[in-house]
Amino acid sequence: MASNDAHPDGTTLLAVGTKKGLWLGTSTDRVRFDFTGPHFLMNEIPSIGIDTRNGSPRVLVGVRSEHWGPTVAHTDDLGATWDEPENGAITFPADTEAALERVWQILPDAAGRPGVVWAGCEPISVWKSTDGGEHFELNRGLWDHPHRSEWGAGFGGAAAHTVLPSPADPDTIHVAMSTGGVYRSLDGGSTWTPRNTGISAYFMPDPMPEFGQCVHKVARDPNTDTTLYAQNHHGVYRSDDNADTWVSIADGLPTDFGFTILTHPRRSGTAWVIPIKADGERIPPDGRLAVHRTDDGGATWTPSSAGLAEPDYNVVLRDAACVDTADPVGVYFGTRGGSVYASADEGATFSEVIAHLPDVLCVRAALL
Amino acid sequence: MAGEVTVLVPSLLRQFTGDQAELRLSVDDADTTVAGLLDAIGGQFPVFDRRVRDETGALRRYVNIYVAGDDVRRGRGLATPVAAGQEVMVIQSIAGG
Repeated sequence: MASNDAHPDGTTLLAVGTKKGLWLGTSTDRVRFDFTGPHFLMNEIPSIGIDTRNGSPRVLVGVRSEHWGPTVAHTDDLGATWDEPENGAITFPADTEAALERVWQILPDAAGRPGVVWAGCEPISVWKSTDGGEHFELNRGLWDHPHRSEWGAGFGGAAAHTVLPSPADPDTIHVAMSTGGVYRSLDGGSTWTPRNTGISAYFMPDPMPEFGQCVHKVARDPNTDTTLYAQNHHGVYRSDDNADTWVSIADGLPTDFGFTILTHPRRSGTAWVIPIKADGERIPPDGRLAVHRTDDGGATWTPSSAGLAEPDYNVVLRDAACVDTADPVGVYFGTRGGSVYASADEGATFSEVIAHLPDVLCVRAALL
Repeated sequence: MAGEVTVLVPSLLRQFTGDQAELRLSVDDADTTVAGLLDAIGGQFPVFDRRVRDETGALRRYVNIYVAGDDVRRGRGLATPVAAGQEVMVIQSIAGG
């Protein structure tokens, strides 16, 4: 991981997007963070991407005002100044007769693809930038997909909330949408096929449809790019065949509901989830927030609540959790109660690094 | 009749109009509409226009525009005509929590 001349070695940037603004924190120990903010006060920040591929970190954020609509902005100086392309980084082409509602995902691609940044948006759409996130192009293969009229809207809106380009194979991309489930492209995004076999959609007449699942988040194994993990709307799954089929790995968890799932940046088999009691009871089980970790691909899970508030009746949303790339890996998450926790020991213990923020929508961290 | 209209810019959007609270635009024909005014403003201040209208050209849901004190949504929307001497107010509606 490249360090940056402007920051001491080992400086971690933690970006926290909330319902009413963005906070940016830096730390050298991942316990005490110095924060600036709120940036974009009174705007929700549902998506953040930190691009460290060019030495100088660029932070890209999806910004949305209830009044003034959505946009994408970026900073190359950790929030001292922000830039927004005059005509918008993401705007629907006229022939679609659609308008951007919200940017749900901003993801810089692999190190070997500098300049490539992906976005997932509402209405359900995937976008690709080749200029570092200043301008994005609509993926027409997914936009024109024959299933589109049958995709539904989750409570949060109809969005492509997860975009996962394969680091190993530039032609393979997975997306997840609510509601539609997982789709995969093997030709660089020209065509897309649903890949939900084994994932339950218990809320539909056919509980195992080809598509229509409400997959909340998908994460990829760092070494075997055909292994993926999914946190579903009830259900935690792993696929070992590039999402062709999924098997439940929920045994050992207190509940199979939740929004987020994370994988380790280097070690296969390690993943984290933060269970929520149930669809109809969206609180941590028994009001006790806990992060559950597996090191064997989901065969067994170990909870950790060390350092977390108790009780805590707030949920952690799908993008309000992340890992960094340090060694040991840092694990971060924020709650709808406005607390943000950091772990410098791979999720064994946590510290509350900022509290009493508006609802946390997105958390991203990177080693500068 | 040729003349000027004044567009009042809400404080939250003045960062996108060069800190101008009022924009004065020439109206030189009888067919000028609110949409035409926004097109003209958008040519100079595109971010302002994107805050007021989405990319389909629709007025954002929680943005209101008044022409001479009348809400355009009660008239012809963005096709509401604007005459020389009139004042156009752009203002956010009450929303959010």
